[in-house]
Amino acid sequence: MEKKERKGAVLFSAYKRGDGIKKVLAKSREDVLLDIRESKLKGRGGAGFPTATKWMMVAAANSETKYIICNADEGEPGTFKDRVLLLEYPELVFDGMVIAAYIIGAKNGIVYLRGEYEYLKKSLEDYLESMRKDNLLGQNILSKKGFDFDITIRMGSGAYVCGEETALIESLEGSRGEARNRPPFPVTTGYMGHPTTVNNVETLASIPHIVSKGGEWFKKNGTDKSTGSKLFSVSGDCRKPGVYELPWGTKISDLLKIVEAEDSKAVQVGGASGFCIPKSQFNRTLAYEDAATGGSIIIFNESRNMLHILKNFMEFFVEESCGQCTPCRIGNVKLLEGIRMIEKGEYTFNYMNQLKDLGRTMQVASKCGLGQSSPNSFISILENFKDEIFNGNGGNNGK
Amino acid sequence: MLVLEKNAMTEEIELLVHKYGKLRSSLLPILQDIQRKHNSIPDFAQQEVARLLDIHPVEVFSVISFYSFLNTEPKGKNIVRLCQTITCDMAGKTGVAKALERELGIKFGETTKDNKFTLEYVNCLGMCDQGPALLVNERVYPKVTPERAVQIIGEVK
Repeated sequence: MEKKERKGAVLFSAYKRGDGIKKVLAKSREDVLLDIRESKLKGRGGAGFPTATKWMMVAAANSETKYIICNADEGEPGTFKDRVLLLEYPELVFDGMVIAAYIIGAKNGIVYLRGEYEYLKKSLEDYLESMRKDNLLGQNILSKKGFDFDITIRMGSGAYVCGEETALIESLEGSRGEARNRPPFPVTTGYMGHPTTVNNVETLASIPHIVSKGGEWFKKNGTDKSTGSKLFSVSGDCRKPGVYELPWGTKISDLLKIVEAEDSKAVQVGGASGFCIPKSQFNRTLAYEDAATGGSIIIFNESRNMLHILKNFMEFFVEESCGQCTPCRIGNVKLLEGIRMIEKGEYTFNYMNQLKDLGRTMQVASKCGLGQSSPNSFISILENFKDEIFNGNGGNNGK
Repeated sequence: MLVLEKNAMTEEIELLVHKYGKLRSSLLPILQDIQRKHNSIPDFAQQEVARLLDIHPVEVFSVISFYSFLNTEPKGKNIVRLCQTITCDMAGKTGVAKALERELGIKFGETTKDNKFTLEYVNCLGMCDQGPALLVNERVYPKVTPERAVQIIGEVK
């Protein structure tokens, strides 16, 4: 796979390896943190927690040992932006980790790379080695006395739930990837019980740009509550699928034009755990305050059977639920059974409404983000496409 | 397992424990290395890992059973994984799946009699813009057609 020339306002703008680190080392930690706070950068994994706040908490934690973890376990169906960043822009991700380490005072960084991306591991390790040669990693980085930091790469083994930060930490500690109760949060009690910040690949990749060009520059793109730009992984029924960098606040209808999608019936925003947005709402904007997403955009055209799509999503969740808490373990199975009933035409509306209620219960009662978000597509697809799903034809719509 | 094989396995695991450190957090990398080399983590290996890391064998088994890329039962020499997630499904996964099943004479979840291939489904491979995607061992193949899929497994034979 060769490196493509990509264009974008923030992430895909010009950057030379090490520049951000040099800038940061000349300043105090507090000033750098203020710059990042100024940018109002929020976590790009989907949850949207302010990055500066997270780092402030870890920086303030009183501990000799701290960790910075890069969450490269992107498993959300329809997401592949992290693959592109790691393959084509490793300098952004790793410089971001070094800068984070300087701010919070960590000596160790870990990249948790999903098992499916094992083919990226070799090139990433070679890249880290070249950074060590240039003194961007290791002891006294860029001759800054006492600033020691190194990065190791750890592999996942095919578990979607490990993208959840506490499950990821459990996995790193050598256990089953089952989410922990929170609090305590990883910022105080993370990897091996030490203060830890877990950040998405894209969040870290934004950092070198922010520290070298300033928070004000970053805010030029996007909306008031969602600053900067976002990488969107676009797939499905369109002529130009791929990764696009667009400012937050882009309308769904505009995105569809850019990727040359025609005849679109619905857009799944945020992957299987996101929401299905019907044609009538294509004027909604992609932003934390409206249609929030970790970047996954899947486009469906008029020929697609929405019940079949929903079944695919629910099969995914039944397989990937870790089974630790009851709402998620049993709930997803029940929702999938409901879809099979509709397929066969053996359902009652009363029971379907009960299932939607069950979904809403799962949203509040599940332990981690997986079970809290898995009913989203069930509820949004059944409500937005009830005419074609409950037509007594197994959702086939005559197609 | 023969005594000789057991001894070789113990030696191998000792080296891995030395490499990653005698820590619980080394468990996953150690298991991943065993899996890569032997295509499974047999009972004896689990016991040895547990003994050398000073944890209970049940803990080791519990971790293996959690992750879909680790397994205790032997699998084929080459593991062929087809992405079953929605975009690959829409791009023609079913045709590829049928072609692979016909060509290898097995269903998904099964291993060929000569132990050369195991056929499995996998969730999103992160190649949604270039589906259907096929993962053969560690290599990923984008935009696979039924014909191309058969050609790919022909190449790894």
